[in-house]
Amino acid sequence: MTTPRFLLAVGTKKGLWLATSEDRKTWTVAEPQFLMQEIPSVAIDTRGGRTRLLVGVRSEHFGPTVVHSDDLGATWTEPEQGSVVFPEGTEAAVERIWQIQPDSEDRPEVVWVGAEPISVWKSTDGGATFELNRALWEHPDRDRWAPGAGGAAVHTIVPDAEDPEQVHVAISAGGVYRSTDAGASWTARNHGISAYFLPDPSPEVGQCVHKIAADSEGRLYAQNHRGVYRSDDRGDTWVSIADGLPADFGFVMLTHPRRSGTAWVVPLVSDWERVAPGGRLAVHRTDDAGESWRSLDTGLAEPDWNTVLRDAASVDTAEPVGVYFGTRGGSVYASADEGEAFQEVIAHLPDVLCVRAAELTAPPAGAAHDAGQGT
Amino acid sequence: MSVTVVVPSVLAPASGGRTQFELPDASARSVREALDAVGRDYPVLGRRIRDERGELRRHVNIYVDGEDVRRAGGLATPVAAGQEVLVIQSIAGG
Repeated sequence: MTTPRFLLAVGTKKGLWLATSEDRKTWTVAEPQFLMQEIPSVAIDTRGGRTRLLVGVRSEHFGPTVVHSDDLGATWTEPEQGSVVFPEGTEAAVERIWQIQPDSEDRPEVVWVGAEPISVWKSTDGGATFELNRALWEHPDRDRWAPGAGGAAVHTIVPDAEDPEQVHVAISAGGVYRSTDAGASWTARNHGISAYFLPDPSPEVGQCVHKIAADSEGRLYAQNHRGVYRSDDRGDTWVSIADGLPADFGFVMLTHPRRSGTAWVVPLVSDWERVAPGGRLAVHRTDDAGESWRSLDTGLAEPDWNTVLRDAASVDTAEPVGVYFGTRGGSVYASADEGEAFQEVIAHLPDVLCVRAAELTAPPAGAAHDAGQGT
Repeated sequence: MSVTVVVPSVLAPASGGRTQFELPDASARSVREALDAVGRDYPVLGRRIRDERGELRRHVNIYVDGEDVRRAGGLATPVAAGQEVLVIQSIAGG
């Protein structure tokens, strides 16, 4: 088995599509997997000298689970007792896996999961099994969290690349929470974020954060239910960076893996009009930490009235960085030049729920064995 | 006579291809015990039918000799030798 240079994973309402490419322009799309099952989360974990695909799979009938593959999706493994399972006494059951987030490069065994009901889970065996974070599960703010329209979930986890003790999570609808003690305790961190939909215009708890991301210097960015924000002090305070955008609503927030100050959003008109302004879907990029924005729409269909959901966008780590997103209309776009130009690489899929892309370096499991058989 | 548990073919990948299970006499006196018995041998199959609390998933239906257990005693519904426990996915989804 040879290793393709790039892998693109697209989770939809009705299955998983994997595509491979050598140049990010020509893509080979494989047959769908987990057909008729929802794929709300996927991760491509390239750490530790291997490529592991982790997929949150949810059957409307038979519930959620997490499976993983070390051979680029040729075979899948699911622990017999399940990998994300509420322990006895919690009287809870997992509804949906919203996020699978590998930790930093130097902790290849650590993988995080965010789930519905609102919960954070940590794996120390590369994502095979996960343990419930009790501190967040038993958090005193829990009764002040409310479900967003999509469900009550931890949908984003941002481990700190430098400090293994620090991690941020985003809760719908609870807001941004930070731990500085490796998950032993969590504190709301939403100062400066406004919420027009609550009696208190600037609540610390109850924010409807849609997505957060950290850049290479640890600045945080948030796409809120309304509002786009940046924090230069690891979440202590947030400032609006929505000026220059056509709208402050949206779901996506992406950051550059190496260049601080570069981030991407996909603006939608508002919560009452969840479409791109005028049906002209565009990615907007800042290269100065939100001081200014550029609209990037070369190669995108027009009009396109479809929404891009919070996890239906991704970047890779190649040079220049690739930018990818999928729409609820089932189009998947890729840019090999940081968003300057896109091309549609897959069309007419079911609603795209999540997109991840990665440059691969490690051969898939079994590759050496296969090569041996051929000689 | 044994209790027979029948699961839909869509679940066969979770049970090594099997869709029918014969439980020895007196090994299962309720639907819960019948599912426990099958789940011990095929834990992934067990988790597809019930969540980690042991509760029947919302869109999974179980019939004992044709009667919906939700209208009977739920998972406590008695089963006896010669009866069939039929697991069927409900009509749901878009």
